[in-house]
Amino acid sequence: MSRRFPLLSTLIALAGAAFFIVPLIATFNFSLRMKRGELSFEAYRSVFDSDVFLGVLGFSATASLMAILMGVLIVVPTAYWVRLRVPRARPVIEFLSLMPLIIPPVVLVFGYVRLYGSSSILPLTMTEAGTNVLLVIGYVVLSVPYMYRAVDNGMAAIDIATLTEAAESLGASRLRTIVFVIFPNIRSAIVSGAFLTFSISLGEFVITSLLNRPAFGPYLVQMGQDFAYQPAALAIMAFAFTWICMVLMEAFATRKPGQRLLQWRAPRSVTKAKS
Amino acid sequence: MSFLTLKNITKSFGPNTVVRDFDLNVASGEFVSFLGPSGCGKTTVLRMIAGFETPSSGSIHVGGMDVTALPASRRKIGMVFQAYALFPNMSVRDNVAFGLKIAGMPRAEIDTRVAEMLDLISLGSLADRYPYQMSGGQQQRVALARALAPRPNLLLLDEPLSALDAQIRTSLRDDIRRIQQELGITTVFVTHDQEEALSISDRVVVMHKGRADQIGTPAQIYNRPTTRFVADFVGKLNTFEARVESPQSIFFAGQNIHDPRHTDLTPGAPITVALRPEALSLRPRPGDDLSLPGRVLHSTFLGSVIRAQIDVAGQQVSVDMFNRADATLPVAGDMAEVWFTRGDVLVLPSVM
Repeated sequence: MSRRFPLLSTLIALAGAAFFIVPLIATFNFSLRMKRGELSFEAYRSVFDSDVFLGVLGFSATASLMAILMGVLIVVPTAYWVRLRVPRARPVIEFLSLMPLIIPPVVLVFGYVRLYGSSSILPLTMTEAGTNVLLVIGYVVLSVPYMYRAVDNGMAAIDIATLTEAAESLGASRLRTIVFVIFPNIRSAIVSGAFLTFSISLGEFVITSLLNRPAFGPYLVQMGQDFAYQPAALAIMAFAFTWICMVLMEAFATRKPGQRLLQWRAPRSVTKAKS
Repeated sequence: MSFLTLKNITKSFGPNTVVRDFDLNVASGEFVSFLGPSGCGKTTVLRMIAGFETPSSGSIHVGGMDVTALPASRRKIGMVFQAYALFPNMSVRDNVAFGLKIAGMPRAEIDTRVAEMLDLISLGSLADRYPYQMSGGQQQRVALARALAPRPNLLLLDEPLSALDAQIRTSLRDDIRRIQQELGITTVFVTHDQEEALSISDRVVVMHKGRADQIGTPAQIYNRPTTRFVADFVGKLNTFEARVESPQSIFFAGQNIHDPRHTDLTPGAPITVALRPEALSLRPRPGDDLSLPGRVLHSTFLGSVIRAQIDVAGQQVSVDMFNRADATLPVAGDMAEVWFTRGDVLVLPSVM
């Protein structure tokens, strides 16, 4: 049975794809034209030559990694505890984890500045280190919806309660259970959450700018005001970076235990008995 | 000598009391099953023995030691779950070795013990597989090996066969019993399947509404139920309203039946008597001394068994007969005699 070629659907899909891809191609093309009359990576070279670029990138990367660490330490035990002990509170926790999507970052950062300003009992914004801490906390808050969801889904995929009991019946303490059984089984979920956190924090502008931190987001905006070709190059690099993050996430998320991270050969067909 | 002793166990979750006044003594090496419908408290009792729940009152002793307040991780129990609960990130070998590693056993000893355990469940060839690469039956055998590897005091099985298909269920059931007898390990098995409980156990505890209704050997439970619930739950029954005529006879289905086994009954009292379908036959067998007239309603050919529904004095009665090459299917509408011996008549206890 032959079906007619779905002309209309294909056109709509192509139009949709063009909507995303054409500006990207145009930006890429523009980023290559710094030298008049030829295509070159001059703009990219000039970006990498700048000490400021490497400085802000390093700062942002460090802050993002700290945010990942803090987020994992807060979210993993919380999600584990909620699933194990108070499963009925899960919808409430889930709703709370979505709050950062409802409250705009600008409101959040104004709250921080008011709360931890010069007249506060905890004047974090008065010192550089304090402000950095506040920045990392801000990143953690922004990434909680993604981190919590990723970790919670990871825990849903395995039967946390029964696995915990199985480990305990074999003599494992709670800590050993978490380290040897729970953590390895949700590692891919944590890694996806971490990549999401990283890509959100790295280019974050609002909180970073209002706390006046020398980070990647504000740098990107500043460059956009001062230069023509370099911002295009930066934008393309930022896109490429996000995509790499997504590919890595996919690779980790679909990996089964006992497989190598990237499996080039077709996987051995294994019949999984469903029961 | 009792190895596992449960004394006066009660467990409440908020206002719901799910286990009450539960007493049980299990001898060393004994295989005891908890049988009952869902919600009867059988799993809760098992989880209290395991240490996953704490009794609201009462005490649990294992090998003479009070373990009531001991956390699960220090009770030296082996537990097998309905959902297998193998660690997905570990190979078969690592799953079985887990309890040994936790106990701090040296590497070489672990390897020997793991090989021994995999031999016991005949899965040595799959040692490097991961749980997702195995069938349910194989996973459950690995779970059994994992539970037994650290040589626990007790083996606890929480409906381990319920998630498997019929054929694997029977073979794994036999494997569990063989391994249990080989190792001589005291075992508690929870199930809602009476055939499982009767076939595998030394003793069966029939549970109902949080209480142990009857504790006895499979034969005692099936042949001499002491409560109405046990009689109804275990096996199929044809029940008849009857009346005590005299201390030596009861009247039911239009006949006076002389039954010297039940002499303690008050004359005139209404009672319920029951007959198992397999105790009945449509042709007299040697020893059959009683019969009831009836009419065939319909009959079913089940392979090894022929099942007939007979109308006896307005009541529907099930009759199960072994199939033989010369057996003919009873024809609906025909008159028939339902034969049995007086020893097969169960007088049901009036207690529920």
